[in-house]
Amino acid sequence: MKTIDVDRTLCDNHGQCAIAAPDVFRMNADGELEYEATFDDALLDEVEEAIDVCPVQAIFLKD
Amino acid sequence: MSRRIVIAGASMGGLRAAEQLRAAGWEDEIVVVGDETHPPYNRPPLSKDLLAAPGSREDALAAVQLRQRRTATDIQWRLGCAVTAADLAARTLTLDSGEELVYDGLVIATGLRPRRVPVPGPTAGRHVIRRLEDTLALHGELTSRSKVAVIGAGFIGCEAAATAAALGCKVTLIEGAGGPMERPLGHELSAGIRTFLQTHGIDCVAGKRVTEFLDVPGTYTEGSGRCAGVRLEDGTEVAADVVIEAVGSLPNVEWLAGNGLDLSDGALCNEHLQVLGAEHVVAVGDVARYPDRRAGGPARRVEHWATPADTAKIAAPALVAGLKGDVVPQPAAPMPSFWTDIFKTRIQGVGSPALADTIEVLEGDPSRPWEGTALAYYRDGRLIGAVTAALPADRQLHYRKLVNESGIPAGADLAAV
Repeated sequence: MKTIDVDRTLCDNHGQCAIAAPDVFRMNADGELEYEATFDDALLDEVEEAIDVCPVQAIFLKD
Repeated sequence: MSRRIVIAGASMGGLRAAEQLRAAGWEDEIVVVGDETHPPYNRPPLSKDLLAAPGSREDALAAVQLRQRRTATDIQWRLGCAVTAADLAARTLTLDSGEELVYDGLVIATGLRPRRVPVPGPTAGRHVIRRLEDTLALHGELTSRSKVAVIGAGFIGCEAAATAAALGCKVTLIEGAGGPMERPLGHELSAGIRTFLQTHGIDCVAGKRVTEFLDVPGTYTEGSGRCAGVRLEDGTEVAADVVIEAVGSLPNVEWLAGNGLDLSDGALCNEHLQVLGAEHVVAVGDVARYPDRRAGGPARRVEHWATPADTAKIAAPALVAGLKGDVVPQPAAPMPSFWTDIFKTRIQGVGSPALADTIEVLEGDPSRPWEGTALAYYRDGRLIGAVTAALPADRQLHYRKLVNESGIPAGADLAAV
C-alpha cells in the first residue's frame, strides 16, 4: 500500500485528479474533493498522473 | 556506450518529457537545456494569484516551482543556456555559449513567447506575461491608483484585467476583434463574461484596434520613452500608466531553421508527436503542432496548461521506441482541458470548443455566467467540447464524460496531417 496527502490549503477543487485516478479521488456533489489516503501499489501509475495534472500541485506521495 | 537525449526547453514541457522518458525505460543520458535561469515552474498563477501578491522573488519561485517525479533520476539540467541552432542531419545543437552538443534523440520543448503589438511608440511601461520576471515587474508597477490598459481579451488578458481591478486599479480592456475569450468559448458566453467584467468596474472597449502607443510628453525618442496610454483606430485615446499586451504568442522555433522542417506555426508533428521530416526528433507542449484526433480538422497547436503532460506521454515512448528500434506504441488521443479564474469565478472547458460550428446551452444562462452555466459545443453534429462556468467540478466531470463518449471520428488521424 502507498499513502498520499492532499494539502487542503492548496487544493482548489479543479477535479483533474478525479479524472486521472478515479479509484482514489472523486469530487462530491458540492464540488469538493474526497480521496483515499492509502491505495494499492497497482494504482501508483494513475496516482502519479493525478499528481502531474493537479494545477496547484496539492497532492503529495508519501514514503 | 551511453546515448543521449537532449531536451531543448526547461519549462514544464521539458520536465514532463524528462519524466516520461524515464518512465518509458530510457536509462541513458538526459540533458535538459533551457534559457530561463529558474527550474521549471507553473505559469497559470503568473496572471492571477502571483500577480496579485508575489512576495519576494524567492517566495514567488517557491510558490510556483514544479516538483519532479522521484522516479525521474539522473536528469542533467543546463539552465540559463539557450539552444541557438540545430543541425538535425548531424544531430548536433549549438548553444548560446558556442558549445556544440551531440544527441541521439531530441525533444523540442522550447514553448512560446508573447506576441507584441506591432505599432509604434515608447517601450517603458509596456508589459507581457509569460515569465516569472514579467509578473514581478508588472506587479511592481501596479498600485491602487494605476490606470491600466490591457490589450487583448483572451485568457491571459481577462485574467490580468481582473487581477489588476481586484488590486484597485482602473482597468480598460481593449478587446480587439472578438469579445472576451470569444474564440474558445463562443459569442454568447463571451458576452456574459463581458458583463461580468463590467460589473467589476472594468471598462471594456469592443472592436477597436490599437494603432499607436502614446508617450509621456518629453520622454519619447525612437525605441525608448515612457508609455502613457494607447490610441485606437477611431482616434480615441486611452490613458494608462501601465499597458499589458496580451495578444497571443509565437512559437520558439527559429533555432530549428535550415533543416527543411515545416515551422510555419510551431513544429509540425504526426499523432506520435514525431516531427515530420526529422528522425528521432519529437516535440512536446505548445510548440508542437499535431493532429487533434478527437475534434478532427487540421493539425494545430494547443496552448493549454495540460498540453505538456499530455504530449510528453505520447512523445517520450515514441522517441525511446524509435531509438531502440522497437515498435512505436499506439498513441492516446488526449482530451484537451483548460480553465480560467476571473474574480474567483471558475470557467472550465474540455475538448475543443473553439472548433465548434454549433453551441447549445445545457444549464443556466450564459448571459449571467457567474450564476452557473454549462454549454455544449458541436462540430458536424458531434459533441466535441463542453464548458462550465461557476459550477462545481463534478458537473464539469459529468460533461467531460459525455464529450469522451462521443469518441474519435474514424480516420481522423490520417485526415488531420
